[in-house]
Amino acid sequence: MTVVFSKTPGLTENETHYCPGCTHGTIHRLVAEVLVELDLLEDTIGCGSVGCSVLSYNYLNVDMVESAHGRAPAVATGVKRVHPDKPVFTYQGDGDLASIGTAEIVHAAHRGEKITTIFVNNAIYGMTGGQMAPTTLIGQKVTTAPDGRDIAHSGMPLRMSEMLAQVPGSAYIERVSVHNPKAVRRAKRAIKKAFTYQMERKGFTMVEVLSTCPTGWGLSPIDSLKWLEENMIPYYPLKVFRSPEEDYPQ
Amino acid sequence: MAKMLMKGNEALALAAIRGGCTHYFGYPITPQNEITEYLAREMPKAGRVFLQAESEIAAINMVVGASAAGGRVMTSSSSPGIALMQEGISGLAAAELPCVIVNVQRGGPGIGGIQPSQADYYQMTRGGGNGDYSILALAPATVQESAEMIRDAFQLADKYRSPVFIASDGMLGQMMEPVEFGDTQPTLMAEKPWAVVGHGGKRKPNTVKTLALDPLVLEEMNLARQKKYAQMIATEIRYENFQVDTAEIVLCAYGSTSRIVKNAIDLLGQEKIAAGLIRPQTLWPFPDAPFQNLSKKCRRVLCVEMSCGQMIDDVRLAVNGRLPVDFFGRTGGIIPAPEEIVGQVKLLLGRK
Amino acid sequence: MCNEKILCAGFGGQGVMSLGQLLAYAGMIENKHVTWMPSYGPEMRGGTAYCSVMVSDTPVGSPIINNDATCVIAMNQPSLIKFEDTVAPGGIILINSSLTDSTVTREDITAYNIPALDLATECGNGQAANMILLGAYLTITKTVLMTSVIEAFKKVFGKKAEKLLPLNEKALKKGGDIILTIESVLPH
Repeated sequence: MTVVFSKTPGLTENETHYCPGCTHGTIHRLVAEVLVELDLLEDTIGCGSVGCSVLSYNYLNVDMVESAHGRAPAVATGVKRVHPDKPVFTYQGDGDLASIGTAEIVHAAHRGEKITTIFVNNAIYGMTGGQMAPTTLIGQKVTTAPDGRDIAHSGMPLRMSEMLAQVPGSAYIERVSVHNPKAVRRAKRAIKKAFTYQMERKGFTMVEVLSTCPTGWGLSPIDSLKWLEENMIPYYPLKVFRSPEEDYPQ
Repeated sequence: MAKMLMKGNEALALAAIRGGCTHYFGYPITPQNEITEYLAREMPKAGRVFLQAESEIAAINMVVGASAAGGRVMTSSSSPGIALMQEGISGLAAAELPCVIVNVQRGGPGIGGIQPSQADYYQMTRGGGNGDYSILALAPATVQESAEMIRDAFQLADKYRSPVFIASDGMLGQMMEPVEFGDTQPTLMAEKPWAVVGHGGKRKPNTVKTLALDPLVLEEMNLARQKKYAQMIATEIRYENFQVDTAEIVLCAYGSTSRIVKNAIDLLGQEKIAAGLIRPQTLWPFPDAPFQNLSKKCRRVLCVEMSCGQMIDDVRLAVNGRLPVDFFGRTGGIIPAPEEIVGQVKLLLGRK
Repeated sequence: MCNEKILCAGFGGQGVMSLGQLLAYAGMIENKHVTWMPSYGPEMRGGTAYCSVMVSDTPVGSPIINNDATCVIAMNQPSLIKFEDTVAPGGIILINSSLTDSTVTREDITAYNIPALDLATECGNGQAANMILLGAYLTITKTVLMTSVIEAFKKVFGKKAEKLLPLNEKALKKGGDIILTIESVLPH
């Protein structure tokens, strides 16, 4: 019998708790595969976050430390300063990174912290039950904006990749998606680049991954992928915002 | 090393380096900046890591990361900064991560002032952060003791896998006094098989975490920590008794205030009033025993603090109704004068 | 028995903190018990800076002076006004008369007007006015030896300040000598 596919050793045997159709599982797998392919798995130290991915340490086959809500970039800074030669990453959602943790992510980038941030943006607070995030789209109905997000009341959705690309210490910032196989392949390439640049000590690296939340959005898994493509991508364009190949203007 | 004249803050910083501190994370705040500045200058020379964080919140979370990764880690701040750090401190206690946290106390509440205070007693001994936890708190009264307690704090942090507070204040941090470091070598760091360093393909991944969604599991974790705290109470309590046996009134004060109280006791002695001092050197665990073993001569207890009265709760619990316990304090950054304390003692004893 | 409580005050930049530190350090060299406590905070920036120094044969409790100074060294007019009352009855106050236009009002303390800035300028640099006053203080009280202050200077300021040592030594001695020729002033 020929083995045509096997699960990456970058993931543990634990079954995930994610809802059906949630793309966290896909993104976990991409991170795990990249770490295996770059032969980094054994040295890698991950920093978890608070939100749906709080239990990511149960699924990723690497040493991990939990972080309080939003603080993963500071925790990762502490880890990296102890182990400057080891790959260190944070895995954060949009409530965690774009709301309560804005100071920590901006300053990790600002210091040019040699870490990789996997930023999973599903435009909602998933774990706490579908509340508004800074990334929630205009008109999007959420439990704390039951009539839909209103610009006058809550402002425009925050584009973190665009924002962090302005920070001199950022080396690589790309936004990708996982709504179809082609996008997934692109996302994996981006994550691979981010870890590669980290190991080359280029500076702060982040991959924003647009993700679904069928439960929070109140849509089926299939409709969620479609909603992401039709609503999120127009506002959150998929592109490379910063790359070490282009020098930051001095 | 010869005797040196150093600020309390600088002695804390040098003692941290000599105590084997590998990583320091901090954020500027008065009156503790000499610690941060000293370490910024000296840590790199010693091959260690200094990093200025963007906030106290970030600093304490960097401590979380560095401690989880196996470093010997310290941070320092002053009262409002320690308030900001409470999320991380609760997390450090829960995750059982060793570290040293220096609090050079200033007047509060709120932004308050920058002059010396002891109004963070509750903050340091009653939690401060969420949940059931306790943190060892060492309270030096001299620059020499500041240096010695930092050394001990790193050892205790490793021994119990716990954060340890150093409860200093603006007076002790800013004043200079002779200090000797001796030639003692830093203690070796404990083995940390639990640290996140990369599993190397040789073991299951390590996870440093505090989340426990199953109440039974969380209760078990909390009870296990209580056992650790019981061991601290049994073995780590420190205090100084000063002229307690002959005293008709026993004063209780820690840190800077204990120095003023000693002056007051001398002045009282000149007026033939026998007063003594119990000086807690650990605020948590609090030394109950000396209050339970007071001689029959002792008629009352007076707790003196640079606060509106916080440690007095512990003094009352320790005395447990056997004697009247009174309070005298100055707050807002005022250091009480010995004469004020003398006046209060005379009033309580009905002397002129 | 030595139990000196000295408060040094002046503008930031006049060397009041150094004056206090040198005295404390010299005390430590002579195995006395010493503390040095600065004023800290925004007051330092432009206003009156001061420090309290204790030099004692017995352990020092409070490093704070509460109107019980054995000596106040006032390097400018605001310090004189602010700290005259800090001197204990029977104590002394040394006034930098180059920068003050009044003197003490109390009758229970001994005051000396010392033109420290002018004397330091004669030594080569007005910056050494603090050493003039320290020299005067030591001649009056004999709290520590001048040689201990010189040794302290080397320890406190290190190699960088070696070239400043002759000036400071000269000013210290000058202050120590001149005080023998200055009568204490009577209050107005």
